[in-house]
Amino acid sequence: MDLQTLWFVIIAFLFISFFVLEGFDFGVGILLPFMSRDDRERRAVINTIGPFWDGNEMWLISAGGAMFAVFPKWYATLFSGFYLMLILMLVALIFRGVAFEFRSKHESPAWRNFWDWSIFGGSAIPALLWGIAIANFMRGVPIDSSMNATGGLLNLLNPYALLCGVTSLLIFSLHGAIFLALKTTAALKEKAMSLARKLWAPATLLCIIFMACTVTETDLYLRLGINPGTVPVFSVLALVSVIFMLQKNAAGWAFAMTTVAIAFSTITIFMGLYPRVLVSSLNPAWSLTIYNSSSSLYSLGIMSIVAMIFIPIIMIYQGWSYWVFRQRVTVDSELEY
Amino acid sequence: MDTLLLARAQFAFTSIFHFFFIPLTLGLSIFTAILETAYVKTGNEKYKHLTKFWGTLFLINFAVGVVTGIVMEFQFGMNWSAYSRFVGDIVGVPLAIETLLAFFIESTFIGVWVFGWNKLPKALHAASIWIVALGSTLSAFWILVANSFMQSPVGYKMAANGSQVEMIDFFALLFNPSLWKQFPHVLAGGVVTAGFLVIAVSAWHLGRETKERNAFETSLKFGAIYAFIGTMLVVLAGHAQMQNLLTTQPMKVAAAEALWESENPASFSLFTIGDEEGLKDVFSIRVPGMLSFLAYNTFKGEVRGIKNLQKEYAVQYGPGNYIPSIVTAYWSFRFMVGAGTLMLFVSLLALYKVIKENYTFSPLVGALLFWSLLLPWMANTSGWILAEMGRQPWIVFGLLKTEKGVTPASVVSSSELIFSLAVFVVIYAALAGTDFFLLKKYASAGIDTEE
Ligand code: HDD
Ligand code: HEM
Ligand code: HEM
Repeated sequence: MDLQTLWFVIIAFLFISFFVLEGFDFGVGILLPFMSRDDRERRAVINTIGPFWDGNEMWLISAGGAMFAVFPKWYATLFSGFYLMLILMLVALIFRGVAFEFRSKHESPAWRNFWDWSIFGGSAIPALLWGIAIANFMRGVPIDSSMNATGGLLNLLNPYALLCGVTSLLIFSLHGAIFLALKTTAALKEKAMSLARKLWAPATLLCIIFMACTVTETDLYLRLGINPGTVPVFSVLALVSVIFMLQKNAAGWAFAMTTVAIAFSTITIFMGLYPRVLVSSLNPAWSLTIYNSSSSLYSLGIMSIVAMIFIPIIMIYQGWSYWVFRQRVTVDSELEY
Repeated sequence: MDTLLLARAQFAFTSIFHFFFIPLTLGLSIFTAILETAYVKTGNEKYKHLTKFWGTLFLINFAVGVVTGIVMEFQFGMNWSAYSRFVGDIVGVPLAIETLLAFFIESTFIGVWVFGWNKLPKALHAASIWIVALGSTLSAFWILVANSFMQSPVGYKMAANGSQVEMIDFFALLFNPSLWKQFPHVLAGGVVTAGFLVIAVSAWHLGRETKERNAFETSLKFGAIYAFIGTMLVVLAGHAQMQNLLTTQPMKVAAAEALWESENPASFSLFTIGDEEGLKDVFSIRVPGMLSFLAYNTFKGEVRGIKNLQKEYAVQYGPGNYIPSIVTAYWSFRFMVGAGTLMLFVSLLALYKVIKENYTFSPLVGALLFWSLLLPWMANTSGWILAEMGRQPWIVFGLLKTEKGVTPASVVSSSELIFSLAVFVVIYAALAGTDFFLLKKYASAGIDTEE
């Protein structure tokens, strides 16, 4: 495996971690208004992700940083080409980030309501936009011979991408509902379970429709072969199985299954892209690949050493922090925040 | 409108705003960690109350630093795609290392610290704020590895086709002489910022009959020592930085001094009104020999002037204008050094009061201690304006001009840029207002002894 491929895998890993971890805290944010109207209950809902959301978001920031370092042309083309979409996502993440801190710092109900809706919007918008972005990675954007993507926003908002956006929104919501069922008790837990059961059918249905559209809209299956292999099949099976676990009240298993579904769909996408990172809809030769967009081997080498040492360490201490806060959050438990 | 101008305005606005919060994060995380360590060591509840008081202010400030930082991370690709392609091989590396090494520990352990008060043993809880402080410091270090490369490139080679620079020596980047002047200066700038906030808020409370007087006396004591050490360091490191600039970017020094002609011995300007078109003084008060002293620690030695440097650069880099905005460089330097000098006096005054254990202030002294709060922000902001605008027309000194770094207008149009700039201005203004409101609320509420 050459260093470019190694880094393609590492960046795929960073995105998987981001979608799996931030996926459930986006989901919790999206469900916040539907979980309760009572301030104490909402606080409990927020506190299920309180210690984690910033650390989860880092997987995205580090994916961005890693792209800059190892595939600078991918970073430059993607971030400039998706400009307005990114601005929208940044606005959402700004509101969401400060909302967690600001909400509890003032007593007024209007204030709290405002920040609760910021958490909702700040979670729903990125959940939607990431779906849209991913679909466009696969479908292709108009990249010219000098690696500039000139399509603008409207080109990104095609029906196929929008379908993917709604799908990711629903899947993250489902993932979040199950996480809430795992981390809360009593009435909140019941509520989360019932939301999860309601979300399952539309999420699964859209996911299957989206996969079908992928056959006609992209060359993904062409590249993966007629028999797409076990990875995408596993991801759908995992999603389908969720409802059985929910019916048995096995939230832990259900969470494992949504995790598998998210991880395997991300792997499918990266497998379908390889060795490309951004597909040009104008001319296949103008697509960005891991070879024409990469840094020098020296920089790749330095980054490889750093990543090999620090990513495992990060996983250990982040895992530890999940262990410290492993208890369920109850409405009566001490709410520091 | 010109996309270059808009992209620059947006970068300047968002990074200055980010750096409004970062120095306080740097300084206050260490300060809070010191207080909590005192609590663990002595078991005295007073320190716990102080930790929570300053910790709350730290968190309110931290939140805005985080969200504005995300914008920074993406902006290079969004508005400066040509720059990103050109230097990604080098500048991307420290940025990526920063996310893996600094941001992760910071964001994970801040969660542990906030929610872990009753879940972790005391010592482990105190350790987590130290880890957060370490994370902020590492974050500053790595971002400055990137910035110091832009100020003074080392450890690189130009790719064969000239389309990008490539790293050839990672350790040269880490031992860049500019970095080792810049990093202490910025870090000390953070310590100073936190120190003056602590002095101001403590003095404000002591001037009123608030409860927990004793705790605020302690916090003033800690704050005065902290601010004094920080101010000494920031001034010394700034002096070193100026000397370093004489070899790396002499034009910046000449612009900061409005020194039109080379001089030996060179004079230091106290107040100059210049004519930027004609490159001459309209009115100037100068201290003879002083600039040579600052540059070489003796009263002689040549400091090159703007006109000579322009000629030299034109020979070296080809025809063009290599003179940055002199008004900006000159006055930002004056503001920073002026603020630094004032802060030295104010921190000495605070230290004197603390040593005398005299915690009642005349209205004048009280007002002085309080309003000095503004000085660090003035110095930090003008320092960055000097550093970045004084480097113009280069985005990477000697290698890439700013105009060559911007995203082409066919990708990001000027209307898109006007839109995004407007969005950032509106949102950031609202953020600043809200953050200020909360900081003021919690700072004036004082210490809460109820659990
Ligand atoms: C509390 C903050 C503070 C204070 C009191 C000072 N500075 Fe400063 N200065 C900064 C905060 C700062 C900064 C914001 O941190 C900068 C911006 C870029 C950098 O490296 O540090 C800076 C930049 C900066 C630069 C430009 C470096 C470059 O372009 O590479 C010089 C020459 C100095 N400083 C010199 C001084 C001197 C001689 C001071 C003596 C009083 C001084 N500074 C006080
Ligand atoms: C947080 C502290 C910083 C502040 C306040 C700051 C300030 C500024 C300002 C005012 C400009 C505009 C210059 C002009 O338009 O003439 C600028 C430009 C720029 N700075 Fe910084 N800067 C900071 C840190 C950094 C760092 C650490 C980097 C690199 C990693 C960096 C990279 C750039 C780039 C790429 C530009 C755009 C090109 C240009 O206009 O020069 N800045 N910055
Ligand atoms: C101009 C380039 C810069 C970029 C790309 C950048 C990037 C970022 C990012 C992404 C964050 C958010 C981290 C989080 O979510 O936890 C952040 C926060 C922070 N940045 Fe900046 N920053 C820049 C300038 C600076 C400078 C010049 C310094 C210090 C000297 C600095 C120090 C910090 C610190 C201490 C934080 C605190 C929050 C945290 O790390 O979580 N940054 N920055």
